[in-house]
Amino acid sequence: METLIFQGLVGLSVSMYLWLLAAGLTIVFGVLGVLNFAHGSLFMLGGYFTFTYYGLLGINFWLAIALSLLSVGVVGYFMERFFLRHIYHMDHAYQLLLTFGFILIFDDAVKMIWGGVAKIPPMPSFFEGTVSVVGRPFPVYNLFIIGTGLAVAIAIWQLFEKTWWGKMVRASASDREMASAIGVNIPTLFTGVFVFGAMLAALGGALGTPVRVVAPGIGAAMIIQAFIITVIGGLGNLKGAFVGAIIVGTLSAYGILLFPVFELFLIFLIMAVVLMVKPQGLFGGG
Amino acid sequence: MKTRLAILILVILLALLPAYAGKYAVYVVIHILLLSIFSLGFNLLFGYTGLLSFGQAGFYAVGAYGCAKILLAYPSLLVGIVGGVAITGVVSLALGYLCIRHTRIYFSMLTLSFGMMIFSLAWKWRDMTGGDDGLVGIPRAALEIPGLFKINMTPMENYYYVVLAFAILAIALFHRIVHSPMGLTLQGIRDSETRTACIGISVRKYRLIAFTIAGLYAGLAGAMLPPLESTVTPPLAHWSHSAEPVLATLLGGIYTFSGPIVGSVIFYLLKDIIVRFTEYWQICLGIIVVALVMGFRGGVVSIFLRKGGRP
Repeated sequence: METLIFQGLVGLSVSMYLWLLAAGLTIVFGVLGVLNFAHGSLFMLGGYFTFTYYGLLGINFWLAIALSLLSVGVVGYFMERFFLRHIYHMDHAYQLLLTFGFILIFDDAVKMIWGGVAKIPPMPSFFEGTVSVVGRPFPVYNLFIIGTGLAVAIAIWQLFEKTWWGKMVRASASDREMASAIGVNIPTLFTGVFVFGAMLAALGGALGTPVRVVAPGIGAAMIIQAFIITVIGGLGNLKGAFVGAIIVGTLSAYGILLFPVFELFLIFLIMAVVLMVKPQGLFGGG
Repeated sequence: MKTRLAILILVILLALLPAYAGKYAVYVVIHILLLSIFSLGFNLLFGYTGLLSFGQAGFYAVGAYGCAKILLAYPSLLVGIVGGVAITGVVSLALGYLCIRHTRIYFSMLTLSFGMMIFSLAWKWRDMTGGDDGLVGIPRAALEIPGLFKINMTPMENYYYVVLAFAILAIALFHRIVHSPMGLTLQGIRDSETRTACIGISVRKYRLIAFTIAGLYAGLAGAMLPPLESTVTPPLAHWSHSAEPVLATLLGGIYTFSGPIVGSVIFYLLKDIIVRFTEYWQICLGIIVVALVMGFRGGVVSIFLRKGGRP
């Protein structure tokens, strides 16, 4: 029983990285209609930038995270402004292919800049301790991650429900032309949404740096997890992304305990079951 | 008529290749033929049916591992290749049943995920697949039909003819498939799913058939790899390997029959050349993909066709 609770908490903290990743993917898809294959690579870049600012340059942890969000935001801006913007009208396959090209570029670019070896910066000292959960030491950092993930979920919800910008975004998601007709500047808004999604991914990557490995290729591994989440939860649905992330995160935590060899397999199995029973995903409509 | 003559000349040139080219050229051409088969199958899904798969390497690996396991247990080239293809057929039918429940983006995501599922199996199921070491010491067994003939495959040139024969068969069969009513049905599905369904065609059934054929082609390409390299490793199933037929097809042109083949030639040679200069081959590839998508979507073959009229 204790193992069950403990492992559940571990899974929950893993879920939060996945949630940050899947949230950005979902928002960008929901508004722009583009599935960003390179979204996982933005997560990876967030990790590398944080590693550089915090681990190499020794900048304050919080400032390093903020700077890396800003840096990834700039990368996202260039991606949207100079490439994605020109292919919105095209078939989905080309959007996938274009963003796939970016995965290849980002993967090799980080190898050129940071080398092919995995990097782990030191943990900020104020997060080093553990707290006792059901009699076992649980890292404070993981609690912080769980808290941040939940806070981001509430913040996103508030942003879309309460703010003017959020309303404009929702309006253009449901009817692009009408929103444009009543004066929403769609191209600028789209750039903003893409940058926002990129920064969410970067936040996941940045927060992961002290505990997870930063290495070339993790972008692709992450995007596959994000895809599985969106298949389970329903594409373009934030609630689905949240629940899907928790399912995948917790399952992999329990899975690694029960069947260490086939942990990944278990997740694919769940995905197959969801597909058979409810092909549009748990929260997907239509 | 002109095209037929050109094909005939090309086949003769390929058949005489070991006579005038060195060992390395033969090796390169075998790889190009394998990639061509792999890409053709992929393009039945993408160019003809409108389904972009990012998981074809999974089926390639099933064919490769299947053939390797058989050859290790029972060294007969034909049994190995046919067995590998048969196993791939079963796997692609089963996964296809799940994947074709979705189209467009969802389909791409599903194929990617299931492809990576096969990768994780190849990586972790050590007893069966040898884990990250892969399977080694796979014999290039003799081509043999007991009681009829037995051809030694130790010289690579001999094996080259086996691959060439399978490739020509596969390409000819592919030509039949896409010019048959079924091929037209698939293109109908690509252009308008609703209309095709309205004239009484089971869209799902045809998608599943296309998926399985694509899997079989990937399996055939994969099954012919272990006798050449004598080893199979998990990266064969990795999604970055799935990207190869995607890129080759995109380079050559997706809406033409010969696109994937021409693309495979360009892709392999390009890779062979770039790798000599830099270890950062992926970034070059990425830039090429971005450039192709931004302003060059018809591929090489379509440019050629625009100048030279119809093929």
